[in-house]
Amino acid sequence: MTQVDVRTPVPARKASPDKRRSRRSATLVVGCVLAGLIALLALVSLIWLPYATDDTSGGRLAGPGGGHLLGTDKLGRDLFTQVMTGSRIAVEAGLGSVLIAAGLGITLGVLAAFAQGWLDDTVSAFLDILIAFPTLLLAMLIVAARSATLGSAVLAIGLAQSAVVARLVRILVKRVLAQDYITAARTSGTSWSRTVVAHVLPNIWPTLVVNLALQFGLAVLAEAGLSYLGLGAPPPNASWGRMLQEAQATFTTAPVGALAPGILLVLLVIGVNLIADGLRDTLDPATRKRRA
Amino acid sequence: MTLLDVRGLTVRTTDGRTLVDDLSFSLARGERLGLIGESGSGKSLTTLAVLGLLPDGMTATGGIELAGTQIVGAPEKRLTAVRGRDAAVVFQEPLTALDPLMRVGRQIAEPLRRRTGLKGAELARAVAFALEQVRLPDPERIARAFPHEISGGQRQRVALAMALACDPKLLIADEPTTALDVSVQAEMLELIDTLVREREMAVLFVSHDLAVVAKVTDRALVLKDGRAVEKGEVRSLVGAPREDYTKALVASARRLESALDLRSTR
Ligand SMILES: Nc1ncnc2c1ncn2[C@@H]1O[C@H](COP(=O)(O)OP(=O)(O)O)[C@@H](O)[C@H]1O
Ligand SMILES: [Mg+2]
Repeated sequence: MTQVDVRTPVPARKASPDKRRSRRSATLVVGCVLAGLIALLALVSLIWLPYATDDTSGGRLAGPGGGHLLGTDKLGRDLFTQVMTGSRIAVEAGLGSVLIAAGLGITLGVLAAFAQGWLDDTVSAFLDILIAFPTLLLAMLIVAARSATLGSAVLAIGLAQSAVVARLVRILVKRVLAQDYITAARTSGTSWSRTVVAHVLPNIWPTLVVNLALQFGLAVLAEAGLSYLGLGAPPPNASWGRMLQEAQATFTTAPVGALAPGILLVLLVIGVNLIADGLRDTLDPATRKRRA
Repeated sequence: MTLLDVRGLTVRTTDGRTLVDDLSFSLARGERLGLIGESGSGKSLTTLAVLGLLPDGMTATGGIELAGTQIVGAPEKRLTAVRGRDAAVVFQEPLTALDPLMRVGRQIAEPLRRRTGLKGAELARAVAFALEQVRLPDPERIARAFPHEISGGQRQRVALAMALACDPKLLIADEPTTALDVSVQAEMLELIDTLVREREMAVLFVSHDLAVVAKVTDRALVLKDGRAVEKGEVRSLVGAPREDYTKALVASARRLESALDLRSTR
């Protein structure tokens, strides 16, 4: 799941940069629209919901229309309300996990890149083991230690992803550290900490940010998976995963309950992947708009 | 007064290869020394060792004293203080020696700010002045450009401006013209020569090309497989090379020069 797309320092471009950029930015725009739609649902859910999350006044399994845009579930709760809270949970899960993964992963990765000899080997082995460790098992351990909340799920996903990010960052930083401009900066008396901030991080950023966007999508999927298994946000917070699980039994008679969260989940994941794809070239310095 | 004193410098890899072997030379303030040898003879490693910047997995033994600081075994903090202030480097490949994601002006501003403490508009003026010093036209535009937006010759001038921004006592030029077009090479050599003369800087000039070294320095050291095989006045090295290796270097420089002469008279 880690696509290591390591930038060469000076990417040679065959296709006309302008054409490439416009096609890329189209990807970016579509991605932003899809992800933005769900982000909007999530934001609105913070200030307004059609019904209260525990309002069971609608008829059981009512179809779309009437007072309920998407109908109701088997307890008579409004499905659109649930889809909206689900959007919020999905966005929170994605952001939270990526924040943990980025914070921990970048720090660990940079430190690991500077490690040498046996320490380097130990750190790499440790990261590989952490990556092989199933997220589900980690989530179950954390839920056992704490409780089944969105926070536990995000913590588990974030921790699992930070190992992936750390391994990527370690490789990227090592690659940048071997570049001449790092030696050049060092020969002019730039300290290590300054070198990392001014030269290393900006140069790994384009690749890293694309990977973080992909991790966001993966985190959303992982959270849906965990709450499908009951390891995510507890009721009455309707995560998309929980909605899918609850609508499973009645799928043939009332498909909307499963279709709605399923479609939104796919749209969000496709959206962030398109964004990642669009960012890949937009952040490329050689194709970036000439401002000189 | 001695600025750089290298005594028995030996560079070894962890797997036991000796890349620089018992090398000794010294350089007074304002003096110029050439370091000649074919590719892979250990020239670049010698210059990196002088600044305590050997690649991972290599260790230096022997003595290197730069402006009164013992480099071998010195803690990182002391080395950081020495770098730039006492010696700065211009590298062979100007494209890779500049950060591709940082505007050229900021890359020069960095060492300038450290040395002078200037900020804001004053720093920007100092950057423009530094670019003017290396004869770059339209310094404001160049300062705003990314490295890939300027030509190879311009990049090497930027790299030179970066090295000079620290106002070092010693300028180390590691094959500064090798990556440049022949038409730009002569200009670059002349620029280095002039700027260094104005500043009374010492120069350690590294090249595989005897003809290039002869244009800049008076004394030279011939390096082969990490060992010094001959040293002396460039003039006498060229006129009466004693070692076979030096003879070969002289001959290849001759061949090249005559080939170039032939072409220019045609
Ligand atoms: N990072 C490195 N790791 C291992 N060997 C190296 C490294 N850098 C240089 N060498 C070896 O050290 C020798 C001298 O290299 P160098 O000083 O770069 O030569 P020159 O600058 O004279 O062309 C070469 O044989 C080269 O293969
Ligand atoms: Mg070299």
